[in-house]
Amino acid sequence: MEEKTYACFLGCVIPNRYPGIELSTVKMLRELGVESVDMPGAGCCPAPGVFGSFDLKTWLALAARNICIAEELGCDIMTMCNGCYGSLQEADHLLKGDPLLKDKVNEILAPEMEYKGTINVKHQVEIFTDDIGIERIKEAITMPLDGLRVGVHYGCHFLKPSAVRGHGKAERPGMVDALVEVTGAKSVEYKDKMMCCGFGGGVRTRDIEVALDITKEKITNMLDAGVDCTVNPCASCHLQFDRGQVEIEHIFGDRFNLPVLYYSQLLGLAMGHDPRELGMHKQNIPTDPVLDKVEGLK
Amino acid sequence: MPVIKSIIRLNDLDTNFVDEVIETGSEVFGEEIPKTIMACMQCGRCSGSCPSGRRTAFRTRKIYREVVLGFREKVLSSDELWYCTTCYTCQERCPRGVKTTEIIRILRNIAAKEGYMSKSHKMAAGHVFRTGHAVAINEEIQNVREELGLSRLPPTTHSHPEALAKLQDILRKTHFDELVGFDWETMELKEV
Repeated sequence: MEEKTYACFLGCVIPNRYPGIELSTVKMLRELGVESVDMPGAGCCPAPGVFGSFDLKTWLALAARNICIAEELGCDIMTMCNGCYGSLQEADHLLKGDPLLKDKVNEILAPEMEYKGTINVKHQVEIFTDDIGIERIKEAITMPLDGLRVGVHYGCHFLKPSAVRGHGKAERPGMVDALVEVTGAKSVEYKDKMMCCGFGGGVRTRDIEVALDITKEKITNMLDAGVDCTVNPCASCHLQFDRGQVEIEHIFGDRFNLPVLYYSQLLGLAMGHDPRELGMHKQNIPTDPVLDKVEGLK
Repeated sequence: MPVIKSIIRLNDLDTNFVDEVIETGSEVFGEEIPKTIMACMQCGRCSGSCPSGRRTAFRTRKIYREVVLGFREKVLSSDELWYCTTCYTCQERCPRGVKTTEIIRILRNIAAKEGYMSKSHKMAAGHVFRTGHAVAINEEIQNVREELGLSRLPPTTHSHPEALAKLQDILRKTHFDELVGFDWETMELKEV
């Protein structure tokens, strides 16, 4: 494998709500030979369906500012949230494809900054899949999660719009399922697996009951299929499922207690790490049922 | 404001609306993407794919028709427009290649300009003006970060005031402050 260092884009939800995601991702990637460096002064991506809905030009300029920080570092960007990935990848795609748009954005960024289009934006899933590869991950598994039933949630913006993202059709993807199954866990089929978590597009902010009603439907579908936990590659979906269950109980009175794991947390367990080293004890919904299910984890 | 009755009067419609949508969308996406709205044949696969449409009155198909016909005020003032989670399922499935989700974002941009941005959305934007983050750090998470062996403040705008100043400069240049109604003196929204 080619040795590579990524510019680690944190966004908002990861550093400011779920630092376990940052911790576990950086740690697992390092153990698998991928380094990452901080992006000093990066900010909100900003959320593509939220800020993109308010003012596309502002959204694009703020996204371009973040990309410029990585260009200065000379590194491709690594994202850990579908929202951040969606925003920065789409902005990069638009700016690389339209020189006039690039000029307009650079007028806004001037004089201190200039978007050049010299780097690429990657999702953590791509780095695990393409840079490291399933085989290499397999070799690093010391604590196989045999018997663990996982409801994989992809989230929307990792794959869609597929014409921009370029990971193939979004109806029946396999990348995250493969990454989950290499740990020994089973990715369980469930109803409407590719449905949204409810977080996006500013719906969570503007009408949380609609957002949570979508979340509740997904959780119910997963539990009906007999999962032990749900695993996601997106900090926003992660928040919507974890924090969302507290809100669902408060608003609708339903208590599910479905453990929510970010992908690198699941991988971390399979690579022999203590759940506390992965920040799993700092979430709203206890992850103990996962630890109880797999012999040797506790 | 046009009201849907059994008879729709041409005078009540703004037949330039669809051109306004295409023009607004072209500024960022280029003309090709917003123009796809003209290809909508009202099959309804979008609405059938919509997770929000299952539980609200949000009907994407109806919105695209109303845009083409010119129901400007009705479309822009509707709460339903803001129920889209931007999941892109409809856009992926549209048999006519209509860039449905992008058109929703364009419509929301026009609606925001017309004053239909909700208070909750303005408040979320306010965090970005003040901190550079839509979701900002708090004392509790600073303690969690420390406990996990991370820096109390992340290496973002939270610990780089000069970068925050640059970000704020961008928000001034794009007139986002005017759109949101952000007051630089008080660092709060003007009307709450």
